[in-house]
Amino acid sequence: MSINVLVPIKRVLDYTIKPKLSADGSQITLDGLKMSMNPFDEIALEAAIRLKEAGDVTEILVVSCGQTQSMDVLRTALAMGADRALLISTEHELQPLAIARCLKIITEQEKVSLVIAGKQAIDTDAGQTPTMLAGLLNWGQANFASSIQLVESEVLEVIREIDRGHETMRLALPAVVTADLRLNEPRFITLPNIMKAKKKVIDVRLATDLGVDLANHFNVTKVFEPPARTGGIKVNSVEELLQHLKIKGII
Amino acid sequence: MSISILVIAEFNEQQISLATRQVVGAAQQLGSEIHLVIMGSTGKTAAQNALSVMGLTKVIWVPENFESINQWAEYLASLAPHYSHVLMNAGSTGKEGIPRLAACLGMAAFSEVLNIVSPERFIRPIYAGNLWIEVEALDDIKLLTIRSTAFEPVSDQGGTAIWQEGAGELVHPLSSIVNQELHYSERPPLDSARVVVSGGRGLGSAEHFESLLNPLAKVLNAAIGASRAAVDSGYVPNDYQVGQTGKVVAPELYIAVGISGAIQHIAGMKDSKVIVAINQDPEAAIFSVADFGLVGDLNVLVPQMTAALQSLET
Repeated sequence: MSINVLVPIKRVLDYTIKPKLSADGSQITLDGLKMSMNPFDEIALEAAIRLKEAGDVTEILVVSCGQTQSMDVLRTALAMGADRALLISTEHELQPLAIARCLKIITEQEKVSLVIAGKQAIDTDAGQTPTMLAGLLNWGQANFASSIQLVESEVLEVIREIDRGHETMRLALPAVVTADLRLNEPRFITLPNIMKAKKKVIDVRLATDLGVDLANHFNVTKVFEPPARTGGIKVNSVEELLQHLKIKGII
Repeated sequence: MSISILVIAEFNEQQISLATRQVVGAAQQLGSEIHLVIMGSTGKTAAQNALSVMGLTKVIWVPENFESINQWAEYLASLAPHYSHVLMNAGSTGKEGIPRLAACLGMAAFSEVLNIVSPERFIRPIYAGNLWIEVEALDDIKLLTIRSTAFEPVSDQGGTAIWQEGAGELVHPLSSIVNQELHYSERPPLDSARVVVSGGRGLGSAEHFESLLNPLAKVLNAAIGASRAAVDSGYVPNDYQVGQTGKVVAPELYIAVGISGAIQHIAGMKDSKVIVAINQDPEAAIFSVADFGLVGDLNVLVPQMTAALQSLET
């Protein structure tokens, strides 16, 4: 049975860097800052590659929605082991529902039966797009996966991390799974694979050519820094600490 | 459209969660017509007890067995159009269910709302809470997951809600639960405890993590949390993780023991009222958010602190 996997990936500010606001404080500025593949998407891709190495998956397609710069994370994905890459080209940042609608078209056209996605993007922290995609496709979904296994020819067993511990779930393909932190540790990319990836063609399609409604459903009216904590002090002993906590009425 | 709010409850066999009462508190900032829905046949007692929760106009109990999130979302898709707002705590179910519900309705969802500016404008965190954005919702129904720690809970006494039993059929389930491994302890739950004692990789081992921090947590009646490093090292299970992608907590007192203070960890605890950090590295990033920092060996300082608190009790 041929299982094609789609892994959506997003180009985001590297997780080690704090975002900055423009001089007038009106928007986020990313100029000159290091951008990377969203860490959860790397984990999702690694999961897909391991399923392929185990013989469970036939082909891995990585898809990114954005401007031409997103090609760099697509190339990284190819170097990691994705088979094909597609850029859904858009000048303006699309919102989760619009992206989910684009991914639905690709999923259907490419005969994908498994979507493995990062559970959230570390810039927007919304964690919606893969779940919205599952809803639009009316597929089963398993979020926050810490383990993914194909147990029968078209049935997944997923262990997921939930509020009070773990849950083991079964779902038949086609399905959407989102990757949590402990699903795996993504491999390092080797130089030969980077060189090979440079030669691969990345397909490009315009978001506006997909025939879906790309409209915004909300406006971002302000972006700002949250109120900062006032600075603290160092204390010299446990006694001093407890005195301060008593004064604050905490103990 | 007039304002009416559907709050989807988290619940156990006895009652709705404290976080859900905080979500009702958030709902009160939107309007006064608030309906609470308990989705599940195991929720009857919780639903009956919810009749006394303040601020509710109606409690709806849906006596169905929801096996999978697609059934849950599709059921709510028939209920939601009666409301202007649908709210749920940003816990596991809210995070996996509200976006699916939004997609079923063809609308946007807003994750981790921590401030309500108006019925159309909400504030939510991005970049691990380093920035906040104000969003203006354009759809007829506003679907929100709420950062419950940002809102005061309503009381669980004094309410006068009316009762309704939900009807309707469920669609075919697309997944099934094989098994759950959940942790219940005498300690308060991490996301709603008044005090949290949290440990990092500095604790060295699972046994040491437990033997050093349990007595401190006990004397403070605290929940225990952990950094990602401590969870990854196997000292504690995943549901103890505090951080951008773990639990976000905002207790009265957060004590960070042997935690260096990575951006992602700070994102999960920086709204705590008082933060205490114990670390042997005076340059540790955690000290930049701590109100009180104690530099030294946690193996000496934590037992000292525990003993001092124990003697205060006697």
